[in-house]
Amino acid sequence: MLDQVHETHGDGFAPEDQGAETLLEVNNIEVIYNHVILVLKGVSLKVPKGGITALLGGNGAGKTTTLKAISNLLHSERGEVTKGSISYRGERVQDLSPSDLVDRGVIQVMEGRHCFEHLTIEENLMTGSYTRKDGRGAIAADLEMVYEYFPRLKERRKSQAGYTSGGEQQMCAIGRALMSRPETILLDEPSMGLAPQLVEQIFGIVKSLNEEEGYTFLLAEQNTNVALRFAHYGYILESGRVVMDGPAKELRENPDVKEFYLGMSDEGRKSFRDVRSYRRRKRWLA
Amino acid sequence: MPEQLVFAMEVSLNGLMTGVMYALVALGFVLIYKASGIFNYAQGVMALFAAMTLVGIQEGRVPFSHLINAIFGTEVHHLPWHSVPALFAILLTVGVMIAFAWLVQKVVFKHLVGQEPIILFMATIGLAYFLEGVADLMWGSEIRTLDVGLPQGINLVIDETTFNWFGYGFFIDNLDIVASVVAAILVAGLVAFAQYTKQGRAMRAVADDHQAALSVGISLNFVWILVWSLAGFVALVAGIMWGSKSGVQFSLSLIALKALPVLMLGGFTSIPGAIVGGLIIGVGEALFEFTIGPMIGGATENWFAYVLALVFLVFRPQGLFGEKIIERV
Repeated sequence: MLDQVHETHGDGFAPEDQGAETLLEVNNIEVIYNHVILVLKGVSLKVPKGGITALLGGNGAGKTTTLKAISNLLHSERGEVTKGSISYRGERVQDLSPSDLVDRGVIQVMEGRHCFEHLTIEENLMTGSYTRKDGRGAIAADLEMVYEYFPRLKERRKSQAGYTSGGEQQMCAIGRALMSRPETILLDEPSMGLAPQLVEQIFGIVKSLNEEEGYTFLLAEQNTNVALRFAHYGYILESGRVVMDGPAKELRENPDVKEFYLGMSDEGRKSFRDVRSYRRRKRWLA
Repeated sequence: MPEQLVFAMEVSLNGLMTGVMYALVALGFVLIYKASGIFNYAQGVMALFAAMTLVGIQEGRVPFSHLINAIFGTEVHHLPWHSVPALFAILLTVGVMIAFAWLVQKVVFKHLVGQEPIILFMATIGLAYFLEGVADLMWGSEIRTLDVGLPQGINLVIDETTFNWFGYGFFIDNLDIVASVVAAILVAGLVAFAQYTKQGRAMRAVADDHQAALSVGISLNFVWILVWSLAGFVALVAGIMWGSKSGVQFSLSLIALKALPVLMLGGFTSIPGAIVGGLIIGVGEALFEFTIGPMIGGATENWFAYVLALVFLVFRPQGLFGEKIIERV
């Protein structure tokens, strides 16, 4: 079954996405932290314009590191891309500073929200417009746009972000990214620590931002179930490697994905212990 | 009114003025600590360096003249002019402080991004002694008088008014009054900058979360150069005030030690806190010396501020105005 999915690797995306321009291309990158810890061992992926691409996998699989490698936030954590290349619109971008990248339209929403606690919600949103040079009018218009998508933020605009709820902070972090007028948004673990209902709501907004405003998303997510329902294409990472990729629809139907990541199998629910040993055996066989 | 009370009032007023002077030094600490989490041990030396540079430029001295003369066997000490207008000299000094901020960032802190606070603190200790050496080499180690045309001496208006009211004229130094006004303007300016400008907002964002600031495209490098420049400017103001008051000499760098209790009281992260902390320390130590001092042999000013700060640390570790550590439960 694994092999079957891999066959689709070459031609890329679901039929309706074919012909879409590739915005972001990550080619066989290797990332080392602190000069010794090898975290990514050759990750390749493509993000087409106007799509939602999901990066799936468990804890420590390398999702966050992949996103940070793209947005160039690795450097401040003593991480380094040692092999491979990252290009955006065909241009090599891995030596740019994060602010240059934001300038080119790629912005990351970090895992765990990372709002500026002591700034108000509105000030948080305004920091997103730091690199823009198109004037107050355009920025104010975008602020209204963000408030339209996240009415809750408008209600809390004068509150310090540190005192708002987890869901509001996630909205604030996404809204802040939107304020930079990006083309591609790297969204890291938007579901983290949120109630299922809120997760649905946030993903719903991401979907409508994608469809109505044309933003391209690359999202890292542990919640495979939700991510595969909203994404167009998915990559599955395991210990620093892409082990499987394909259109979201196919991944959802794949028995291995079902069993390992969605917690379902043909023989009904299995106990976690069985799954674990099965998974280990499976990896040895592969 | 009883005589003692009138004296106490005069002492308090003078204490307030001294407090403002402490606050001027504390401000520089707050700026850098808030934006980068660095406790800048070199702040006092920066004030000294700024004051020495200002005097040097005003008197038209050649910087590094000892060094130049030793190497080339020349005898240069003075530029063709002997007195440069104060305002022009101040502007030049601001330029020097900005260049210093840029250098510090390029040479030292750029390479220490993401290091432990204690390592950054050690770096500033090194910086302090390095800067002291540079100041010595650049301008020599003689004591100089600084005069940028600020009024000095007793304020006659206050003297007369209080004499008419209480039958006793207060001695308030004009220079202290100027320092208070300047400090008020400085604080108002800094607060307005932090609250209402784009760069000010970026500064506060960086203070909250370096990584997130990077992620929205704020350049940490630029913000830190900006903050060190501002701290350099504050150091210059403090240097002018202290230098005018007690001459430009190496002990000037020790005023940084007096800023420590001010910071503990006001909070390391609050600009208004630095002022209020300074005032409390100033009045507190003056009144303590006035009332309790004679009973225990005086010289309480040397330690009172630290004891007060220690008491505060026990009950309110973040200081009066320090940012609350936001914890959601």
